[in-house]
Amino acid sequence: MKLIFERSVPGRSSALLPACDVPECPMPEDFARRQALHLPEVAEIDLSRHYTELAGQVFGVNDGFYPLGSCTMKYNPAVNEEIAALPGFTGVHPLQPIHTVQGCLEALVTAEKLLCQVTGMDVMTFQPAAGAHGEFTGLLLIKAYHKSRGDTGRTRIIVPDSAHGTNPASAAMCGFSVVNVPSGPDGCVDLDALRAAVGPDTAGLMLTNPNTVGLFDKNILEITKIVHDAGGLNYYDGANLNAVMEVARPGDMGFDVVHLNLHKTFSTPHGGGGPGSGAVGAKDILAPFLPRFHAAASAEGYVFEDAPQSIGSVKEFYGNFLVILRALCYMRTLGEAGMREASQMAVLNSNYMRVRIAPHCRIATDGVCMHEFVMTLSELKKETGVTAKDVAKAMLDEGMHPPTMYFPLIVEEALMVEPTETESKETLDAACDAIIAILERAKTDPAAVRSTPHNTPIGRPDEVAAARSPKLRCEFS
Amino acid sequence: MGSYVPSTPAQRAEMLAAVGVSTLDDLYRDVPRDMLLTGENAAPGVSELEAAGELRAMAAKNHVFGAVFRGAGAYDHYIPSIVKRVTAKEEFVTAYTPYQAEISQGVLQSIFEYQTMICELTGMDVSNASLYDGASAAAEAAAMCRDRKRRRVLISGAAHPMVIQTIRTYCEGADVPAEVIPVRDGATDLDALKAALKDTDACFYLQQPNYFGVIEDAAAAGGLVHAAGARYVMGVNPIAAAVLKTPRECGADIAVGEGQPLGMPLGFGGPYLGFMAATHDLFRKLPGRIVGETTDDAGNRAFVLTLQAREQHIRREKASSNVCSNQALCAMTAAVYLSAMGPGGLREAASQCYAKAHYLAAELGKVPGFTLAYPEAPFFHEFVMACPVPPEELLARLEAADILGGLSVEGGVLWCATEKNTRADMDRVAAIAREVAQV
Repeated sequence: MKLIFERSVPGRSSALLPACDVPECPMPEDFARRQALHLPEVAEIDLSRHYTELAGQVFGVNDGFYPLGSCTMKYNPAVNEEIAALPGFTGVHPLQPIHTVQGCLEALVTAEKLLCQVTGMDVMTFQPAAGAHGEFTGLLLIKAYHKSRGDTGRTRIIVPDSAHGTNPASAAMCGFSVVNVPSGPDGCVDLDALRAAVGPDTAGLMLTNPNTVGLFDKNILEITKIVHDAGGLNYYDGANLNAVMEVARPGDMGFDVVHLNLHKTFSTPHGGGGPGSGAVGAKDILAPFLPRFHAAASAEGYVFEDAPQSIGSVKEFYGNFLVILRALCYMRTLGEAGMREASQMAVLNSNYMRVRIAPHCRIATDGVCMHEFVMTLSELKKETGVTAKDVAKAMLDEGMHPPTMYFPLIVEEALMVEPTETESKETLDAACDAIIAILERAKTDPAAVRSTPHNTPIGRPDEVAAARSPKLRCEFS
Repeated sequence: MGSYVPSTPAQRAEMLAAVGVSTLDDLYRDVPRDMLLTGENAAPGVSELEAAGELRAMAAKNHVFGAVFRGAGAYDHYIPSIVKRVTAKEEFVTAYTPYQAEISQGVLQSIFEYQTMICELTGMDVSNASLYDGASAAAEAAAMCRDRKRRRVLISGAAHPMVIQTIRTYCEGADVPAEVIPVRDGATDLDALKAALKDTDACFYLQQPNYFGVIEDAAAAGGLVHAAGARYVMGVNPIAAAVLKTPRECGADIAVGEGQPLGMPLGFGGPYLGFMAATHDLFRKLPGRIVGETTDDAGNRAFVLTLQAREQHIRREKASSNVCSNQALCAMTAAVYLSAMGPGGLREAASQCYAKAHYLAAELGKVPGFTLAYPEAPFFHEFVMACPVPPEELLARLEAADILGGLSVEGGVLWCATEKNTRADMDRVAAIAREVAQV
């Protein structure tokens, strides 16, 4: 496929702007750019065809089954896109007079109320732009809380070894040192290890529940109590909230602060890697420290308020507003009952796939799972040389997106499967048939599986060469 | 009421039987009983028709101005139709991060093209795949410059207040000091910068053009910073970058900026786009995703996410950043915008911004009491002008005429003009200013 630069023809352009209707105003030479500027020179038809060709080499949720564990690739409703494109939202400047943006503020306040209900939290900030950004924000709230109490010795954040890599990375960005605690093979927290890890230096615990192996930690109340008793706070990583909406609430589990991935649980699209929204909910004890610009109702209508001891801002303005709108539309459509149904069906779909695949491949956990489960292919690899990656690549040939590979780190040769609630039984059956066939073929003809994929726009790329001699841009002679 | 669950009650019953449980509630046996919600009083949702109606009613409570003369970090530029058409393609909208390169070449190639365009725009060597916005990009850039010895971050006081605030928040998180360099006559006080620089400073952040619209002597600032052995981070407006000296020409080590002007709507503040590019020696310190070119097993050109050893999923607490999701679709939007405009179109937009802002300043300047706050300072498409009446009075009169006037700031009003503003609209602004001033 040609690069857009390879479609460029000198002198070609589109007429987009009118002639300037004010006197020309030459810019002083001493500020002027002298460096060349290589941008594509293309006609609109070139652009249209280029991106149509690119779109043909992308796999979205609209293309097929996307059981990418931990990413909650549910269907992205069309109405949300229409709402987010309304000129009454897209045309609003963020610094307009407050009385001209009442609809935007109403949307934020309404979304806050609904998300507080789902999470059991008291307040919500929408400023964080993504999940990791939410983690950063939530941990800053914890840091500010301890500091405000003069409790300055709390410098450590406890993170289980089954956690997403963003958890320890976020803790480090907030100046905490990270205490990794081992979990059991089921990903559940080892209570003795946790008891040994907490102390007067504990700032908090970061936990994903259901955990990354797909189980709801049945000791959750004991876990959060151990941390609270030691004077720490509990942080809920909302990556897996899709299993428990309107079934169980982080606020009732003993968590003090949560981040949500609106681009996972609340149906907003991933856009090939963003924009997302990492809304952060908190209990009242953390409300005084929220980021700036919290939308609230007042006697004079909706206003922005700054928390008295705010941590400041983590980005410009008020968050990825048009993403938040999509999530709001989703929540209004489903209601509490629909969100409960969504979670229950996400869990049922996952369990249905699990029981169909279990006779053919070891599952990392026993019994009923939550919205996702982890296959472990270590035995297959030992017997046949076929790896989790090989099986994933073979799935590409079957027209489905593979599960998440090699995560969580505590499971060998892991494939993490999350079907979501928006897939039908037919889709699940077809996917199970395909996966089982691949697993069987791996035993009879491992070389065939190792050579996949064949039906994709490119074969397996040389990632080692890409990292060894990085070529990160198009060069112009 | 609305639902996106396709399985029928009969299919659900079949699946429950296959799993070996009788009800959906049985799936939650690990959840402690006293926290388990029963769903009894769960409020139903509404139909798509009703939900859309509610959201439309909210949109109707906002006012979209007929003419916008306010910038201050969010700019009202023309967005070519093709930009919205192309970036709304479902494949691009609904895909995840391109982990599986074989079925993600479209996204990967578009990011590679974006990275190239950002390098071209800034004059730098390497770009990442995007960050959340200009402010968080500036904060991440400052973090890249820190080492054990050099920790303090210096920030120009003429940078956008929200950018200063964001850098401060990140610095406080990491327990490193940050200091703001004062402003003199609308620009960064370079004497104060020189006096402040110490051998324990990591970097200095300068915004070009600055918050007041003033074109800074960015090359001179860069010289001072490098003489003190610190890194130089420039935050640039991407439209202005087409015609102003590039960060590379000014000696920057890292260029960042708010990419919203490149085809993103005002959208009440987001989603926008943080771009970041750096000199070659810093590429292993870049935060976030980076796409590289390689070949596939048949020798064909292929693109992959690369240099992942920097990232959180490998390095965990030792990662260069926690960034994971970024603003990929916004990066694609910027790439389509830059391709649609082309080098000529982008320069034309920039020079119209410049010419129109200067026309507006000249017309307002003819009204008694309206004088430039920094008459000696060169400016790009924003400027601060004193206002002889309380700014709220003028802005209210403009609002009644469906015009969003400039932003009230210390010293007057911060005005902005772009290629979208017509001479007729600017004449109206000046006429209203004259009426208000005469009362």
